[in-house]
Amino acid sequence: MQIIFLLIAFSLLLAIGFLIAFIWSVKTGQFEDDYTPSVRILFDDEKTDSPPSDSKKNL
Amino acid sequence: MITADPTKQLLACFHCGDDCRDERIDYNEKLFCCEGCKLVYEILQENNLCSYYDFNTTPGVSPKKKYLEERFAFLDDQKIKQRLIRFTDGKSTGITLFVPQIHCSSCIWLLEHLSRINKGVIRSQVNFLRREVNINYAEEKISLRQVIEMLVTIGYEPLINLDDLENKNRKYKDNTSVYKIGVAGFCFGNIMLFSFPEYFSLTDFIEPGFRNIFSYINLGLSLPVFFYCSTQFFQGAWGGIKQRFLNIDVPIALGIVVMFVRSAYEIITGIGAGFMDTMAGLVFFMLIGRAFQNKTYESISFDRDYKSFFPISVMCIKNGSETSIPVSELKVGDRIMIRNEELIPADALLIKGTANIDYSFVTGEAMPVIKKTGELIYAGGKQTGTTIKLEVVKDISQSYLTQLWNKDAYLQKHEEDGFQLLVNRISHWFTFVIIGVALFAFIWWMIQNEFSRGMNAFTAVLIIACPCALAISSPFTLGNVLRIFGRNKLYLKNYSVIEKLAKVDTVVFDKTGTLTKTNSNEISFVGNELNEDERKMIKSLVKHSMHPLSRILNDHLKETAASEVKNYSERIGKGIEGLVFGIPVKIGSAVFTGNSDDDDLSSIKIYVLINQTLRGYYSVKNTYRRGLEEVVGRLKKSNYQLVVLSGDHDGEMDFLRKIFGKDTKICFRQSPSEKLRYIQSLQREHRNVLMIGDGLNDAGALKQSNVGISVSDDVNNFSPACDGILNAEKFDRLPSLLRISKGSHKIILGSFCIALLYNLIGLSFAVSGSLSPVIAAILMPISSVTIIAFTTGFSNLYSKGK
Repeated sequence: MQIIFLLIAFSLLLAIGFLIAFIWSVKTGQFEDDYTPSVRILFDDEKTDSPPSDSKKNL
Repeated sequence: MITADPTKQLLACFHCGDDCRDERIDYNEKLFCCEGCKLVYEILQENNLCSYYDFNTTPGVSPKKKYLEERFAFLDDQKIKQRLIRFTDGKSTGITLFVPQIHCSSCIWLLEHLSRINKGVIRSQVNFLRREVNINYAEEKISLRQVIEMLVTIGYEPLINLDDLENKNRKYKDNTSVYKIGVAGFCFGNIMLFSFPEYFSLTDFIEPGFRNIFSYINLGLSLPVFFYCSTQFFQGAWGGIKQRFLNIDVPIALGIVVMFVRSAYEIITGIGAGFMDTMAGLVFFMLIGRAFQNKTYESISFDRDYKSFFPISVMCIKNGSETSIPVSELKVGDRIMIRNEELIPADALLIKGTANIDYSFVTGEAMPVIKKTGELIYAGGKQTGTTIKLEVVKDISQSYLTQLWNKDAYLQKHEEDGFQLLVNRISHWFTFVIIGVALFAFIWWMIQNEFSRGMNAFTAVLIIACPCALAISSPFTLGNVLRIFGRNKLYLKNYSVIEKLAKVDTVVFDKTGTLTKTNSNEISFVGNELNEDERKMIKSLVKHSMHPLSRILNDHLKETAASEVKNYSERIGKGIEGLVFGIPVKIGSAVFTGNSDDDDLSSIKIYVLINQTLRGYYSVKNTYRRGLEEVVGRLKKSNYQLVVLSGDHDGEMDFLRKIFGKDTKICFRQSPSEKLRYIQSLQREHRNVLMIGDGLNDAGALKQSNVGISVSDDVNNFSPACDGILNAEKFDRLPSLLRISKGSHKIILGSFCIALLYNLIGLSFAVSGSLSPVIAAILMPISSVTIIAFTTGFSNLYSKGK
């Protein structure tokens, strides 16, 4: 049953990791604009002739 | 795409979709309505950007101001540039620009591919809802001025106002409440998980050591909740107590503190498991409620002053050449050029040109005023017509307009009384009752000589009194109503405006721009109907004139083709004449066409004289907003007292009388200070006033009234400081919106009753000293969810009704 200590500790660590990820994503402005990315997704990647265009849009 | 319909003869421009009636430009097998549109198409085509047209048909906006010249020269000035940009490190610079023309996915696509047009642009990103574009560009390849000029040439001119110079950076969103909710939610969930053994009494089956471990983990997890997430409640409660007033934060703070202290005590002494889960849950729900209530509309500014009305620069004539200088550097004696649709930034004398000044926004006069050379023109008016030359006579800060804004009377503000909010008044009473019950329970058990049970009961009452249910009724109702209003295009400054709206008993309307539609007129011809040839003659003549009435007629006759005119001449302010098909035609005022003027001001009359015979006249009236009669009728039925204050002349008195009835006070030629004083007099009679206006001449009145709402055709345009902005097309929803705000009051009271019910159930456990963590943990979420469902459901129901 001692294993439960390890399991508790580990699960807490994991949960804290998620909390940190959440705070980091809010801080870096991930949720600033929740509308425009939905439009951006629908743009096509163009066939590159000349000049070469970025196929990866700014996300 | 081209919609060629031979029968209608209306052809649409490939770029912007407007009718190509005045000009037709064929290029590359496509049709364009003007050089500007064709130019944009050329630019896009050269840079392989024609996918722009794939996402939407006719996505372009016609670039009306085709000239660039020196207009943006002020951007070369380092000082100004520094204040506009977001950051720079010498090599690359970032700037955020507001571009009101962003309206579709093509706009997003094009603006994010600016680097194709000019390699100097490193990166550009659009925030659609805010209509902003963030541009990073390389300093050595392109200058700020060139970036903006490029945007103008493709039809996306950014709006830069005086305000942008002053306003440091846009208010950076404060994310602390989001972090707090995140931490509280994290702790809440985990504490509950670790409390499961306690709930199911499994701790009886395992070694006592385990129970302690779970309890200590809970204690640890509760620390961030208590010391970080709850701080706003402690501060709020303290603030209330200092003012000797128990606002809603007081019972919340009390509950949190009691829960924390008692649970910590129980855990450390090993008596029990404590109520950490309930505490964390309480904080979590409270924070969510607050965040829900504090919905703001970031892209709308409610606190604008004259600075966001004025442009940044103006064309000044120095040493014979035109340069663009910042408006703040205008001095008395400077000569400036003002073009069509441009604002006059300072009081000035007209030197050259014909001035048709549109003052509708400033003074409320509906029709443009004609000024002759030598006359004084006040700042804030908009020139409609040809370019004029002016000489500045007063500093921008001394102009009539700025004086309007700075008047002390306008700076009076109502005290934001926390006391006014319904929820605070109830909580004041509620806290006393709860403390009373707790004391009662304590004393009761003390009499029975059971101290520990007494303490237990005392703290349990304070815990379970669950200000949770009470304290989320208001935020969720008001937050939901704010959103309902937003869906109906009424954007309020914050939730407290809703309660103020509910108390309103008098509604004051402005006329020009509020009751009437701006830029829209009803025209009818009085006289024997004109035949096609006569219409052609009129159209040919008015096409040459820049007078606003001529343009109105030109618009009215847009389907008529024009012919050649010989001997055209225009008498300013009087009329126009010329020969069409060899026949003399005269169009203008009564006197000009040889008639006697009548005093009927109810409409403007444009007389038409063809071949020396009077054919009749065009009657031009302002169009009133759709549904006006119904709005007035419903408001009167709900017993609102109505008033109309207009800055215009009294020509429309009869019409308004018919709509508003006998008991409504209707006043004309009201100056801004007269409007303000009238509102003050109403308030001295203890009336709660709602003012609905749109222009700068309403600014003082809007500020002074209990609630001030601006009516606007475009909510991103300037509107004076107000508590809310109503989109003009939803004007007819006004009575419903007032009804909803009154209803929100009832909903809050209703949910309080439900909360009280839960409290009674919980209190029965608490007073008997038998409150266990399980019961608390169950009651709180259930009561919260019920309240949320009730308030949200009913407020939505209310909004469905008429």
